[in-house]
Amino acid sequence: MSEANGIERIAEAFESSARESRAALMPYLMGGFPDLARSQEIGAACIEGGADVIELGLPFSDPLADGPVIHAAGTAALRAGATFAGVLEIAAALAPRIPVIVMAYANSLFVRGVGAAAGALAEAGACGLIVPDLPHEEAGELRGACDARGLALVPLVAPTTPAERLAEIGAHARGFLYTVSVTGTTGERERPADALVEVIARARSSTAVPVAVGFGIGSPAAAADAARAGADGVIVGSRLVRAATDAQAQGASEAAVVRALVRELRAALDVAGAATPVVPR
Amino acid sequence: MSAVEHRFGPYGGQYVPETLMPALEQLEQAWTAACADAGFQAELRDLLEHYVGRPTALYHAARLSGLAGHPVYLKREDLLHTGAHKINNAVGQALLARRMGKTRVIAETGAGQHGVAAATACALLDLRCVVYMGTEDMRRQRPNVDRMGLLGAEVVGVEAGARTLKEAVSEAIRDWVANVEDTHYIIGSAVGPAPYPAIVRDLQRVIGDEAREQVLAAAGRLPARVIACVGGGSNAIGLFAGFLDDAEVELIGVEAAGEGIASGRHGAPLSVGGPPGVLHGALEAVMQDGEGQIVEAHSISAGLDYPGSGPQHAHLRDSGRARYEAVEDTDALAAFARLSRLEGIIPALEPAHAIAWVLAHPGSELDLVCLSGRGDKDLAEALALLDDTL
Ligand SMILES: Cc1ncc(COP(=O)(O)O)c(C=O)c1O
Repeated sequence: MSEANGIERIAEAFESSARESRAALMPYLMGGFPDLARSQEIGAACIEGGADVIELGLPFSDPLADGPVIHAAGTAALRAGATFAGVLEIAAALAPRIPVIVMAYANSLFVRGVGAAAGALAEAGACGLIVPDLPHEEAGELRGACDARGLALVPLVAPTTPAERLAEIGAHARGFLYTVSVTGTTGERERPADALVEVIARARSSTAVPVAVGFGIGSPAAAADAARAGADGVIVGSRLVRAATDAQAQGASEAAVVRALVRELRAALDVAGAATPVVPR
Repeated sequence: MSAVEHRFGPYGGQYVPETLMPALEQLEQAWTAACADAGFQAELRDLLEHYVGRPTALYHAARLSGLAGHPVYLKREDLLHTGAHKINNAVGQALLARRMGKTRVIAETGAGQHGVAAATACALLDLRCVVYMGTEDMRRQRPNVDRMGLLGAEVVGVEAGARTLKEAVSEAIRDWVANVEDTHYIIGSAVGPAPYPAIVRDLQRVIGDEAREQVLAAAGRLPARVIACVGGGSNAIGLFAGFLDDAEVELIGVEAAGEGIASGRHGAPLSVGGPPGVLHGALEAVMQDGEGQIVEAHSISAGLDYPGSGPQHAHLRDSGRARYEAVEDTDALAAFARLSRLEGIIPALEPAHAIAWVLAHPGSELDLVCLSGRGDKDLAEALALLDDTL
């Protein structure tokens, strides 16, 4: 495993869950929330609960793609002293056990220079990078820097993305295609399962990499719906961050609460079964 | 009309969630088409003349000139409907929203002037209007909150961060991400992702175009210096646009030095000149720490209390075409009181910074200053502070 680069490790994670006839479980946690040590414990709890890939958020002062739950956790993490280097320590601690993908806003990378930032991520053992405010038009330089280090720059597509643009983004995707399931910021939302089928089919027809669905998935049932709708991977963010936030407020162990919830999500995906290829209607 | 600029030198760009990219593309196409559409231009011109109150006067401020020691002309944007230059942009963008078939408009506001302007334009064109405003700004610009309500807009208070303009813009962008299909975001300054900085500049350049003609007629010459306050930079870029090709005219943007640059509590990213950063969709001059976190600005004037600035300003600065300096709260407050007594004009606290700069920098042959708005909104805040300093 140590010879595989980030892009390869992500591919292996999707292949291995596909071999088990289920979608990959991809929990998101806010790096440095509620503090560095406990956020690392939350990451470990995700692994123990059955995660296949971890998304590790780097807190930013002005997170335009995030709803109130993740925004508040990011603000708290910054107040607790979270830094780029600190979050990379968490990545380094988790990376030997699971592929870690860092989710960072563009300015956190630009302030160091994209080459140096990509270098530091690779050094820490991260496998990939998601930058929610770096659309295709602006991503070229960072993609080059990531490619040079075997890091996957994972692009996002949205329900508003038109077909031609989707094809262009899909063709440049590395790792997987992050398919935003709702028109909106991160946060838990009810969404009819059949609407997901179309979103996922559209994404799949545009790319050769796996399709993972995120934004809005707030329950084991919703995760199972996404898997049945054809997703290769299911990303759960705000629901888990909310669990950690609530646990912290109640003085409970964030890691224990997150571990239990990740187990439930994983069980739902185990039962939902294989991502059946969906033919667009 | 040439293509809409996405970059000004290295600055600008579109650093936004993918969800918004198609809307930015649609906006750019609609704007390009509107610029070429004589009907749209005629409607805009007609509204600017009969509703907004253009052209505004260029006023030779004789007593202020006496104090400064050289002629000073004021471009009277404070005389416009709703009391500030913001309405030039709001009316233009509201027409554009209608043209795109959007039924809902969102806006952010700091001083409340842009919120009032957007609410006004939406009342006029029968569009739903939601305005995001930091709760600290709601406190210090109360009259404008009440005006927006009366105009039929919904004002949503934003509690995040320092509860001022930066957070209001962020919240407006998040709303737009969620409601982009039926909603147009009328951004209030020459900031944000492309094509906004170019659109706002083009809608505000009427300030500079009028002023250039007026000063030639009144003084028989071009100004030596053209001066405007810079929050996001819309009144400044609108004024500068009229003089960019006149190499002999110095362009000076005045930012908020707040409690002093050294205190770190200011709103002067262009003057301070650190590394550029991404804020609200554009690479621009920003106030940030070594981690790339955007830091809170501070200014006595809500409209200058912003840690970013329009991308074209950073380029004008780097190319040497314009320069940017900063004026502290106390000097702006003194100029606010001064202009009131000298000329019978109560300026907004924002352009009071530009007036203060002129008084602190004598020796010009002729200054032209953008008086971007009137000070009614600032009375409670300014009077309390003036009492303190007496
Ligand atoms: C009267 C007035 N002047 C200036 C500004 C600053 O904005 P800008 O730099 O975009 O002109 C504001 C903003 O609220 C304002 O109300």
